Amino acid sequence: MPPPPSTRPAPRVRIHPLGDTALLAELGTRLDTALNTRAIALAAALKKRRDVRQAVAGYTGVTVHFDPDQTTPDVLGAAIKRLAAKRPPMAEPGRLHRIPVVYEGPDLEDVAERLKLSPPRIVELHSMPIYRVFLVGFVPGWAYLGPLPEELELPRRHVPRTQVPAGSVAIAGRQTGIYPLPTPGGWHLIGRTSVKLFLPDSDPPCLFRAGDRVKFFAAKS
Amino acid sequence: MDRFAHSAANLVVGNPEADATLECTLTGPHLVAEHACLVAIAGADLDPRVNGQAAPIWTGIFLGQGDRLTFGGRRSGGRAYIAVAGGIEADRWLGSASTNLLAARGGLHGRNLRAGDQISTSREATGPAVSGHHLIERLRPQYFDHTLYAIAGPHVRRLDAQGRGLLFGATFKVSREADRMGYRLDGPRLATSGEELLSFGLTAGAVQVPHGGQPILLMADHQTAGGYPVVATVVSASMPVAAQLIPGDELHFQEVTLERARQMRLALAAALDTLR
Repeated sequence: MPPPPSTRPAPRVRIHPLGDTALLAELGTRLDTALNTRAIALAAALKKRRDVRQAVAGYTGVTVHFDPDQTTPDVLGAAIKRLAAKRPPMAEPGRLHRIPVVYEGPDLEDVAERLKLSPPRIVELHSMPIYRVFLVGFVPGWAYLGPLPEELELPRRHVPRTQVPAGSVAIAGRQTGIYPLPTPGGWHLIGRTSVKLFLPDSDPPCLFRAGDRVKFFAAKS
Repeated sequence: MDRFAHSAANLVVGNPEADATLECTLTGPHLVAEHACLVAIAGADLDPRVNGQAAPIWTGIFLGQGDRLTFGGRRSGGRAYIAVAGGIEADRWLGSASTNLLAARGGLHGRNLRAGDQISTSREATGPAVSGHHLIERLRPQYFDHTLYAIAGPHVRRLDAQGRGLLFGATFKVSREADRMGYRLDGPRLATSGEELLSFGLTAGAVQVPHGGQPILLMADHQTAGGYPVVATVVSASMPVAAQLIPGDELHFQEVTLERARQMRLALAAALDTLR
């Protein structure tokens, strides 16, 4: 018997110009694994087009950089809508990365206090889920992981740090991530890892790819 | 940063436009020609001199062995581009010869050039070394006009009517926080409303408004993703002008249609075509 037709409606796509050589195609606005899977599939399909220079999947949409000598925003926009209406191929489970974390971050005590949880409970909650890589970007090697357990949800630090050490494991909102390079940052630092996320001599130069899965485990310092 | 000047400098000396050039910000280097070569300087006017004699920009210049190319000081613009016939030999990373200082890759060992470095061409110059080939004055970018033409961004509705009026009416100033990643702009604060956005891919030219309302114009080395509202995007034809701005320069944004942006882009492409 054939499988029943999908009852999930194709998401409505909103297309916005980003200047005259890029478009932002939004599939939705919620933090949602299914939307993200569609965004990653749409970006992969768009990258195969000759008129597309680069397609970057975000949480819930795709930023499409195009060659304005080969297409127009209208033509490409119509093509994006057609591609987005197609049922995405069955998402393959991304690679699973197990990342050792020394949970001794400078903000661990403060986070525990603000959430009214003990530091060991923070560690337990943070290392429990298998997170999804929703998006790779920002700085080389950075990946947005989530969703973080609701119990750990905190707004960003009011005043960002001007320098966060590379390897810092951090949380903010419903997200978690690892600082790949020493950069400024506004997330709460709860631990550190020795795993290198930015691999400048590999292609792609990042350990994580959109759609991968990540599991943290507590390690001794 | 200024792709037009970079391309023009290459085309003037007979290179493919994607060859590596030297980008000189605010000040120029002192270069000594170890072999005879054809060079061109485009973009900012940093008062180039050959053996002390004023030399033209946007124009092929022949340097004999031992000739010195120096720069007297900035007269206008922020970034000059030096091309050498035969192309400049550079490390390539992720398909580009550009230097990425953060990753320490590309260009010359991923770092800024310093005194004593030797720069070589990547191949024998193919064409005859003809000096004097130049981009005619009329076709050079109007760098002194700091109007940045822009298309309304995906989140422009997060500005109220007054905010939108300020974005496309007020004068902004490039702050001291300005580099190849982007320029923070001083001027009126732009208040945005609405929930936090989930991060999405960004582009050069995007004008993003973080908390606090001080807009940031993203430039060539911008972060690849971010979650602040993008209220406008400067069109590709205005990016050479944006690339020549320096801290303290005033600018304003003018909204244009995609059709007008296309005409402006084609005009720049036609100007480069006169050099082929």
